[in-house]
Amino acid sequence: MKRKTIIIWSLILTSLVFFGFTSVNTYFDISKEDVDLKIPKGFPKPIYKFKNNKLSPDVFVLGRELFYDPILSKDSTTSCASCHQRIAAFGHIDHALSHGINGLIGKRNVPALQNLIWKDAFMWDGGVNHLEVQPLSPITNPIEMNESIADIIVKLRHTDHYVRDFKKAFGDTLISSERILKSLAQFTGLMITANSRYDKYMNGSDTFSVVEKRGLELFRQKCAACHKEPLFTDNSYRNNGIKPDSSLKDKGRGAITGLESDDYKFKVPGLRNVEITYPYMHDGRFRNLTQVMDHYASPERFSGSVSKEMYGIGKLTAQDKKDIIAFLRTLTDKSFIYDRRFVDPSVK
Amino acid sequence: MKKLLHIIFCVASLGLAMSFTYKPVEKEKLTVIFDHYVGDRLLQFDSVNYKNELGQAYIVTKFKYYIGNIRLKKRNGGTVAFKDYYLINEEEEGSKKIVLEKLPGEEYTGIEFIIGVDSLHNCSGAQSGALDPVNGMFWTWNSGYIFLKLEGKSAASKSPGHVFEYHIGGYKQPANCIRKISLHFSKPMQAGSMKELHIKADIAEILKAKTVIDFSKYSSVTDFHNATMIADNYMNMFSITDIK
Repeated sequence: MKRKTIIIWSLILTSLVFFGFTSVNTYFDISKEDVDLKIPKGFPKPIYKFKNNKLSPDVFVLGRELFYDPILSKDSTTSCASCHQRIAAFGHIDHALSHGINGLIGKRNVPALQNLIWKDAFMWDGGVNHLEVQPLSPITNPIEMNESIADIIVKLRHTDHYVRDFKKAFGDTLISSERILKSLAQFTGLMITANSRYDKYMNGSDTFSVVEKRGLELFRQKCAACHKEPLFTDNSYRNNGIKPDSSLKDKGRGAITGLESDDYKFKVPGLRNVEITYPYMHDGRFRNLTQVMDHYASPERFSGSVSKEMYGIGKLTAQDKKDIIAFLRTLTDKSFIYDRRFVDPSVK
Repeated sequence: MKKLLHIIFCVASLGLAMSFTYKPVEKEKLTVIFDHYVGDRLLQFDSVNYKNELGQAYIVTKFKYYIGNIRLKKRNGGTVAFKDYYLINEEEEGSKKIVLEKLPGEEYTGIEFIIGVDSLHNCSGAQSGALDPVNGMFWTWNSGYIFLKLEGKSAASKSPGHVFEYHIGGYKQPANCIRKISLHFSKPMQAGSMKELHIKADIAEILKAKTVIDFSKYSSVTDFHNATMIADNYMNMFSITDIK
């Protein structure tokens, strides 16, 4: 009898331990299916196709490790995730301008990281031409992570688990810039958001309130010329009439192309998850969506050579603004924000 | 049946024979050596004072550049292309020697290459080898390779520390700094009998070939401003000095 009880108890304990561990592991484990590239219905063909960078669970996991590791910054204080917070669709909630190492403040608002494989260029000015080389910009920027890729390689080579992780991901222990950048591209490239209430409304599996429906109608009339569905951007650069902040001296696109006609133009951001990516504009000057609406509905306040589409917006009543904002809130994708694949693995 | 087999055999042997006769021998090697000069003197970092066209004294502290799309011109038309990029760096002796392998055994009349990196390779994401961004020849804020870096000091420069810095790159119009170089051999050369090709790269030309560079006016060219002015100079810096 006693023996039987011991056996039963040990069975219970073993199964508890077993299931306990497996539940932790499966949460952070990345399967082949987890890295399967699924193009959402209605989305165009992606620009970044993971060519020469075949999606694999181990490479993705390495990219996730690097994304959350402050080792990529000069003094090991700042990781990619320091500014790109998952709960803000990988933007930075409540920070108008990016914060770098040594308490330095950058000159632009941290953009959300989402649907990146449909972007032809990166950064507010489009200066970066390829998803894989994008991380080099914040890594080397003296007011962001202020680190060199050569130093990062040395640091990673001296970190045992990275030597193992690179071997697991690529078959040998070589740690190179190409491998660092490609693994980060796998992690960030799979940040795809396409499961908002708007998407469900579009595929008929959810309904909109009257206000939301009216908001969508207004949005299509007044905003969609630049914020084109389904990505809610046309990937163009435009001057939306906000007055340049003389303390930032930021010419935007013009500093990249050298063309005066491009001065003060910035990339049209995609609006998915816009509710949680506040504050707004390239310099984070607007705290909330009401301020954004107020700006767009006040052509008399526009400054500089404003994109002609801006004058197509016209007046918006208080109700119009509320309706558009109600619609914009339907673009929030909780399944993206809480996608376990993108959770910081160090919390386990 | 026998006849058919006979025909097949004949055709097959003919094909085999042709493949032997017509296949060009691709076993020759040519070493291209870049020799760095300032005018008629071999380049020496730091210690030697040179003078530009305006009589401004200067020293050189850094000199490196990309070479790619190398083609050897055949005497009977056409070219042999090599796809690799090379980062030639004064500080690394080995980088100044390029070995072109599997050269068909024919006669050649010249060499072509670009100084810079073509637009495809500027837009190809993470790369390794010569094009690894770890080499410090990649602009991260405005993606693209720096094709040439020439740095030094001159009392005439008004920059802090009297330095001058030319970091030239750009693959897009209107600031495209890719330049095609075409150099002719003095007489046709047979692969195999030519082992080494010496190309002189003359820094003095970067400072004067088309536009004379005044250190007091242009101490720093590190983005698209004035970049093509330097590019139009550096495209004239190469010449063949020896083939053996």
